[in-house]
Amino acid sequence: MAKIKLAKSKVDKLVEICKSFDNEGSELINVLHKAQQTFGYLPAEVQEIIARELNVSVAHVYGVVTFYSFFSMVPKGEFPISICMGTACYVRGGEKVLEEFKRQLNVPVGETTDDGKFSISCLRCVGACGLAPVVTVGERVYGRVSVGDVADIIKEYQQ
Amino acid sequence: MEKMIKLTIDNKLVEVPEGTTILDAAKQIGVEIPTLCYMHLGDMGIEHKPGGCRICVVEVEGRRNLAPSCNSKCAEGMVVNTHNMRVLNARKTVMELMLSDHPFDCLVCAKSGNCDLQSIAIKLGVRELHYKGEQSTYKVDYSPSIIRDMDKCIMCRRCETMCNDIQTVGALSAVNRGFESVVAPAFEMDLEKSTCTYCGQCVAVCPTGALTEKDHTNQLIRDLADPKKTVVVQTAPAVRAALGEEFGMEPGTLVTGKMVSALRQLGFNSVFDTDFAADLTIMEEGTELLDRLKKHLEGDKDVKLPILTSCCPAWVNFFEHHFPDMKDIPSTARSPQQMFGPIAKNYLAKQMGINREDMIVVSIMPCLAKKYECQRDEFKVDGDPDVNYSISTRELANLIKQANMDFLGLPEDEFDNPMGESTGAGVIFGTTGGVIEAAARTAYEVYTGKTLKTVDFKALRGMEGIRSATVDFDGLPINIGIAHGLGNARKLLEDIRDGKSQYHAIEIMACPGGCIGGGGQPLHHGDSSILKKRAAALYREDEGKAIRKSHENPYIIKLYEEFLGKPCSELSHKLLHTHYFDKSTDIEIE
Ligand code: SF4
Ligand code: SF4
Ligand code: SF4
Ligand code: FES
Repeated sequence: MAKIKLAKSKVDKLVEICKSFDNEGSELINVLHKAQQTFGYLPAEVQEIIARELNVSVAHVYGVVTFYSFFSMVPKGEFPISICMGTACYVRGGEKVLEEFKRQLNVPVGETTDDGKFSISCLRCVGACGLAPVVTVGERVYGRVSVGDVADIIKEYQQ
Repeated sequence: MEKMIKLTIDNKLVEVPEGTTILDAAKQIGVEIPTLCYMHLGDMGIEHKPGGCRICVVEVEGRRNLAPSCNSKCAEGMVVNTHNMRVLNARKTVMELMLSDHPFDCLVCAKSGNCDLQSIAIKLGVRELHYKGEQSTYKVDYSPSIIRDMDKCIMCRRCETMCNDIQTVGALSAVNRGFESVVAPAFEMDLEKSTCTYCGQCVAVCPTGALTEKDHTNQLIRDLADPKKTVVVQTAPAVRAALGEEFGMEPGTLVTGKMVSALRQLGFNSVFDTDFAADLTIMEEGTELLDRLKKHLEGDKDVKLPILTSCCPAWVNFFEHHFPDMKDIPSTARSPQQMFGPIAKNYLAKQMGINREDMIVVSIMPCLAKKYECQRDEFKVDGDPDVNYSISTRELANLIKQANMDFLGLPEDEFDNPMGESTGAGVIFGTTGGVIEAAARTAYEVYTGKTLKTVDFKALRGMEGIRSATVDFDGLPINIGIAHGLGNARKLLEDIRDGKSQYHAIEIMACPGGCIGGGGQPLHHGDSSILKKRAAALYREDEGKAIRKSHENPYIIKLYEEFLGKPCSELSHKLLHTHYFDKSTDIEIE
């Protein structure tokens, strides 16, 4: 028997969320949203329980989680870094900035550094196109970021 | 009355019922539009038309875009062109784009010659690739039965339909998006860790080499060449009804004799029949059925009915994963493959004067789940498996071709004894309804003490997914249920769980059609008339047998006298029965 572990309070909360959507398989996306709001992310154990409660396969739940970029399977870092990939940011070098963050922190998009400090994600247009390319760290917004600024931004949060 | 619609396809007038797709309408006038993602499995009621690959596009006059013919409906007065320059160029472009992210492994790919992607590329005359793109690189996933090489996946998602909708296993799903998307088990774990049953139905429909069976032919060639090894082979009933197709013979041609010759020429020391073990299965399973039935009639509340057959290993995997709470309902009798193994290695080896370790037992199976089954720990003695490995019908055909044999010209040969003698009851194990008919023949005679007037229980035969019939045991009505395809099995199981089941015995086979439609058989490309012909062939072989009831097989009688004692004896239990495991994911609450 494959075993997974989860705290009782979490299981109860998940069962309650599923119930609030009548345990309907067709409500999967809404259930996942609610679960992510509650726990911050959607680890494998959480997906297993949701699959069981909604009577759908775990593979299907995982398929949906990986299809939508707003679902995440890892907890966000203490300082979540987001790079805008809207058209304006993209053409002004957003992608190069993203590559530089990935290289310096040594993590791919959607994942968190081993020390739990930083996570990287991509954003759709944040509506600050005048400042393109835009990077946010937590609540703070950085504008006109160039590859050369990346090290400084990271340093600010490393102490 | 169905409303009829008139349209023009390639300048020909066609009349079709409303709702018909352009693809089907074209077929009606002999125009075969190439398809890739589309899948229609005849009267098994399996249809899959995601309209994703767009290889089947046609031009509809007055529409700006080309339309995928597999999921576009005909309309009154429509004018369709299936092969003008625009259409042909579009198809070629679609194919070139697909190939730009496909490894050029054709020369060494297991699917080569039988691959839809390859044959359509040939048909379209693709001679060069104008697109150079990034090629995906996935780790190849080796499970005991199936190999997943997702670099070759074209995202047609046929496998998903088989696994999720037909088998209701839910082991596979499309994951990720865009270039990264692929069909995979949950959390992209290896298939072996997922809820996969190894039924092989995904392999049977995959148009490319993305899903193939684990091939054991090289191991077999090595063992056959080793003079220290005695290599014996058993052949499952469904193989003889399909092997000929690989050599261009009509579906439903029985090639039992030629198959035996071929195996002998390949160098097996003895050529035996799994049908013999099927007769043995009936002795054990039938005895268990009668025992439970008698106790039930005496009012024993602990005894569980219905009894479920247990000869299909994918079905065993299914209930271990999905219905572990019901794991004490199936018969404990092992599958015929796994009854053959221990008898060969414990009884036959002694008769032949050889050690267990020097005997290699190989099975030829229509099945991919059997490859996993023979590796299960319960079926090993000190690490030595009762059945060393299992070869599919397709692999056997390849091996015969490698050995340069003229299969059609081979003489008809006979199985060796003692384990080659079988009855008609053993033969029909290969088709849906056959196991329970074989059991009914023996159980009736043992229970009533009378001889059956006719051994044909025609009510148990057929191709509907769920069937039921009542057999009269001399005044005692026995209700029998039959399901093939795991989705149908699920329905019967849910009824049992809800206390709604009226059956005494249920036969379950994982593959649609039973083993004749197994995941290791020659590809039937969705033509269920092929399955019906294979089934008819097995019933023909049954009819032609002098002995048609398992308990009358003289070598089975001898085996009990000399070795096992009686059915369900202590030794039988040790060698021929098994137990099941709870393989569901257990959520431990902290
Ligand atoms: S072998 Fe059967 S259960 Fe396993 S993935 Fe394929 S269709 Fe699903
Ligand atoms: S694995 Fe095969 S059947 Fe499944 S989506 Fe890929 S190509 Fe299609
Ligand atoms: S029905 Fe036959 S071929 Fe299919 S999984 Fe079961 S035993 Fe194997
Ligand atoms: S076959 Fe029609 S879209 Fe794939």
